[in-house]
Amino acid sequence: MTLELRLNHAFPDFRLEVDLVLPGGLTCLFGRSGSGKTTIVNAVAGLLRPDGAEIRLDGVPLQDLPPHRREVGYVFQDARLFPHMTVAENLTYAARIRRRPVEDFDRIIGLLGIGSLLPRRPGTLSGGERQRVAIGRALLSRPRLLLMDEPLAALDEARKAEILPYIEALRDETGLPVLYVSHSLPEVARLATTIVVLEAGKVAAFGPAADILSDPQTAPHLGLRDAGAVLTARIEAQEPDGLTRLMTVAGPIWLPRLEGIPGREVRVRIAAQDVILSRARPEGLSALNILPGTISALHEGQGPGVLVRLDLGGVFLLARLTRRSALALELAPGLQVHAVLKSVAVAQADVGGAAAQG
Amino acid sequence: MLDALSPEEWLALLLSLRVSLVAMLVSLPFGVLAAYALARGRFPGHGLLNGMIHLPLILPPVVTGYLLLLAFGRQGWIGALLWDWFGFTFAFRWTGAALAAAVMAFPLMVRAIKLAIEAVDPKLEEAASTLGASRLVVFLTVTLPLILPGIIAGAVLGFAKAMGEFGATITFVANIPGETQTLPTAIYSFLQVPGGDAAALRLVAISVVVALVALALSEWLSRRVATRIAGR
Repeated sequence: MTLELRLNHAFPDFRLEVDLVLPGGLTCLFGRSGSGKTTIVNAVAGLLRPDGAEIRLDGVPLQDLPPHRREVGYVFQDARLFPHMTVAENLTYAARIRRRPVEDFDRIIGLLGIGSLLPRRPGTLSGGERQRVAIGRALLSRPRLLLMDEPLAALDEARKAEILPYIEALRDETGLPVLYVSHSLPEVARLATTIVVLEAGKVAAFGPAADILSDPQTAPHLGLRDAGAVLTARIEAQEPDGLTRLMTVAGPIWLPRLEGIPGREVRVRIAAQDVILSRARPEGLSALNILPGTISALHEGQGPGVLVRLDLGGVFLLARLTRRSALALELAPGLQVHAVLKSVAVAQADVGGAAAQG
Repeated sequence: MLDALSPEEWLALLLSLRVSLVAMLVSLPFGVLAAYALARGRFPGHGLLNGMIHLPLILPPVVTGYLLLLAFGRQGWIGALLWDWFGFTFAFRWTGAALAAAVMAFPLMVRAIKLAIEAVDPKLEEAASTLGASRLVVFLTVTLPLILPGIIAGAVLGFAKAMGEFGATITFVANIPGETQTLPTAIYSFLQVPGGDAAALRLVAISVVVALVALALSEWLSRRVATRIAGR
């Protein structure tokens, strides 16, 4: 699948101008509120007519079609379930109005875990349940592309944690391309295969998620506090002291107990500020995870900080340290260093399901 | 029971019910359409349409009745055409009374329905369109079911207003027993003759009962529909 997007639209205080060719998988549009993310998905859905638009889905132009002809599913931030219908009626709405049989009902119901909700009315559902039904309703309309506009933003952390695995399953099992709007970097790091960073209507960065997240040049656009690379790892063993041993390209790491049988692939987001660099392999340190690597890039920001990208052998880690430390260690591209990572620094929420690379 | 009213009073009551029911049913689809256009439409002439619909609310009923007579009377510019082409006329017929009642009740009906449409979140309609529903299907499957309480309220209000219509009716189609003499015009006639007070009072009581029943019915229907669409 490719989605070609050429849009421009004037806002009172800025101009949206994007020219993108997006691959399949889950593409995150990331940016501050007001950067134009929602405008883009609304333009793709046909709910907004930009001043200029060329939108092609697998070569088929969409820009002149009314919304109901675009075959683009949309999951809104507020679930927007029809209050006068049951969950089952909401789910089958698209099939009923087009007078065609409902396909894949059981599989999608199972994927989202909403089988027990079918006879209920939307007013009696929790926020998380409502959002899952909304996802199911969009999927059952047999879209060629799924748009999701901050589907988790209105939910608390517990509900988010409840839904994220379903979105991962959707990404990995349905093969449906997804355009996902978010301003939460942890969410983006967990879900995205491709990232588009928007700033005031312009594309500030665009590329595969692993590259964008570990690129010290783009990290400042993502927010320094949240900057961090995503490592792909495989669960090796659940150890008796409560830790889980994971294997990465660069060697084993230990994290607090992760659910999953050995062999399961996970994505682990490691925040740049939780990584310590050392020139020699540290001895007598409490931290369990020490990964050797080569510095591949350094980026000095305006403040006292430096972002360092570490090549662990094809996968990358991002470390954020002070300029003073970088000078003291004489860090430079090409230098061999050791990255130290505290096991407990990785939050459960930063570990996602099966790795996805397009 | 039947003896409680004189034949003339029965005639007025049944005619009133027929006139009001026909006026309400025939104008309801137009009312929904007009309300939708006013609530959701953005088109040139929006203000003009709004003004036209609300005019009968502000004009003296006699003026509305006279304008109807000018337009739909046998010699009126529309009335003459109707008579020449279809041999049909509103003038001094019960259909004319229904037309007068419908025109007078229309603004009230439209207002109630428009309020209901404005209460429907357009975001739900957007969601329906992304699921493949054209504008018409969105209206039929989402908007219409959600505004049903408003439509019922509008219909009942229109019916009640039609039952009470006096000025435009008597101006347009006069006060002919059995043809155009509705409850209000009948009450008026009884009050004009000596000894008519008792008959007038009976009709007044009936008016009150009909109004109360209509009100109770609409309350009951709205409550049922409201719980249904609240999504619980």
